[in-house]
Amino acid sequence: MIIINNLHAKIDGKSILNGINLTVKPGELHVIMGPNGAGKSTFANVLSGKPGYEITEGSVQYLGKDLLAMSPEVRACEGLFLSFQYPIAIPGVNNMYFLKAAMNAIRKYRGDSELDAMDFLKVIREKLKEVNLDDSFIKRPVNEGFSGGEKKRNEILQMIVLQPTLSILDETDSGLDIDALRTVAEGINNFRNSDRSFILITHYQRMLDYLEPDFIHILLDGKIVKSGDKSLALDLEERGYSWVKDQSSQLPKA
Amino acid sequence: MTDNLKIIERITQQEYKFGFVTDIEQDTFPPGLDEDVVRRLSQIKQEPDWLLLWRLKAYRHWKSLTEPDWAKVMYSPIDYQSISYYSAPKKKKELESLDEVDPELLDTYNKLGIPLEEQKLLSGVAVDAIFDSVSVATTFKDELAKAGIIFCSFSEAVKVHPELIKKYLGSVVPITDNYFAALNSAVFSDGSFCYIPKGVRSPMELSTYFRINASNTGQFERTLIVADEGSYVSYLEGCTAPMRDENQLHAAVVELVALDDAEIKYSTVQNWYPGDKEGKGGIYNFVTKRGACRGRNSKISWTQVETGSAITWKYPSVLLQGDHSIGEFYSVALTNNYQQADTGTKMIHIGNDTRSTIISKGISAGKGQQTYRGAVKVMKNAAHARNYSQCDSILIGDKCGAHTFPYIDVRNPSAQVEHEATTSSIGEDQLFYCNQRGISAENAVSMIVNGFCKDVFNELPMEFAVEAQKLMEVSLEGSVG
Repeated sequence: MIIINNLHAKIDGKSILNGINLTVKPGELHVIMGPNGAGKSTFANVLSGKPGYEITEGSVQYLGKDLLAMSPEVRACEGLFLSFQYPIAIPGVNNMYFLKAAMNAIRKYRGDSELDAMDFLKVIREKLKEVNLDDSFIKRPVNEGFSGGEKKRNEILQMIVLQPTLSILDETDSGLDIDALRTVAEGINNFRNSDRSFILITHYQRMLDYLEPDFIHILLDGKIVKSGDKSLALDLEERGYSWVKDQSSQLPKA
Repeated sequence: MTDNLKIIERITQQEYKFGFVTDIEQDTFPPGLDEDVVRRLSQIKQEPDWLLLWRLKAYRHWKSLTEPDWAKVMYSPIDYQSISYYSAPKKKKELESLDEVDPELLDTYNKLGIPLEEQKLLSGVAVDAIFDSVSVATTFKDELAKAGIIFCSFSEAVKVHPELIKKYLGSVVPITDNYFAALNSAVFSDGSFCYIPKGVRSPMELSTYFRINASNTGQFERTLIVADEGSYVSYLEGCTAPMRDENQLHAAVVELVALDDAEIKYSTVQNWYPGDKEGKGGIYNFVTKRGACRGRNSKISWTQVETGSAITWKYPSVLLQGDHSIGEFYSVALTNNYQQADTGTKMIHIGNDTRSTIISKGISAGKGQQTYRGAVKVMKNAAHARNYSQCDSILIGDKCGAHTFPYIDVRNPSAQVEHEATTSSIGEDQLFYCNQRGISAENAVSMIVNGFCKDVFNELPMEFAVEAQKLMEVSLEGSVG
């Protein structure tokens, strides 16, 4: 699915990513954990092509193609989806219109016919139920006046409508109450299958109670310093990041 | 500068499409303005004495005034003596039909997509085309005449319907109204006149198309629309000009009169040449537009889409004199590159139970500066007046500006006045959000801007709405980076 090799990135001259190596296979769910400032969001932004970052070293192969050479919209059309940590409001553009434009842009890129409003409405009504949102939701302007929970559910709605192959979820669990957390997790679980992969970025272990991750990675100072299975998240919860830091400082420098 | 900002720049820097010049022989006055010029102009137009006297009075008043400087626009002083006040395509005789119009002229209007030719008459819009100082063609006259509607050039109206002109000219915008209205009154050369008789609903949209062609000339046209009791008319106005390095002055006056139960809907798509990317050239658009709701239950609605001109100074207003009369103002104004616009409206509530609505959407891109300036005034005897104003601005990029100056003056305690205003920007984050969902930056900007303008576009007649939407896209091309 995606092979990330020795990825280095800078913003405003400051090095944030210092050699990330990660391979995600189809169907896998990888979790990236790490303290504030470790480079988690930068990692998500760089993969999705957000402007402003400078890639200084490394490569990313996505479905056999050079991901870093693609524009953000091409990455999206190729099936890479980012669930934003802070989804931005777009006043005056209703959610339905926005999603339809997105879906049709992607369909057009893939050579499929564009959906008309009626067909699209059928698709979206089905999906709304999955994330526990009612019809009125899609008539509201994109993210405008949405509560924190609504914004995150809207991201998941977009994900299940656009059907990406690789979903990067940047702190999709933060700011959610326990019910919304469960809804979001269910949305992800229902969407999982053997072809789709996920990279979930989070601070906390709590979302993992509802999901079945294949791997946990700990990001520290722009590098993955430790990888393991689900139990690593529990260890981390118990012992904190300082435990990892101490361990990693004892590692011989590569 | 990041990629998205570059796209913003690219989208807002598209070339102006209507910048060609028509090569045609023209009669043009030498530059300069004095009483003699006013007299000669009146003479060429074979005007009656009362009109010449009216012009001279306006000219003398204009001379006593100084140019206003309260608008939030900056430009080097206009030299009124360097402008030519009359320019017309040469013609041998009076035109009987479109066939006699100079093919160069028809070609010009064809290039602009204006339906002047017979085959295009099917599109069902009656057009009066004004080329520089004179009206060159009015279509559909006969059909309109059957309904009793008068729709002709202003010059013709002065000759054929002097009683109507005498009665209504200057009755809404008096010669003393303001600097540019006084200048227009002195030197206006042509324009459109429209009269809808009692109880008649105009069977088609009426439209005037203005084209500035000659260099170093000003365009001063005058539009007068009178809707008699119980009548209805929808009127469209479009404008373009060639690309020239110097600035050209356009100072028009539009007067609307609606009597009892009459309704006038006036829509403008203003696309005068805005100047180049460096702010060189472009039209100075100083326009006075005002409607008087004289009768009970009368209604005047202004809808404007302003994408052109280097400078726009324009406040289409409504005097709500009749009881239960309604005034509306829907505006989308776009300033890109170095364009400046100071625009808005005035709603003056004089009668009882009068209502007004103001919806203003301003879009600034490039180094554009935009000001909404609106006044809502409720007079002492106007009981139960209501106003709702909404002024929204959107900024594209980080070098433009948006400003809002609402003036509210309420002298009757039963009035209800509401004002809402917002300013937002199309940020890089919004563009990236759209990009990440597969939507290109250009489509994202046009989606955001169209979403923003939707309330106003909905007020435009169908074919105009489509044109306006396209125009916005073109005007914004090069604005996103």
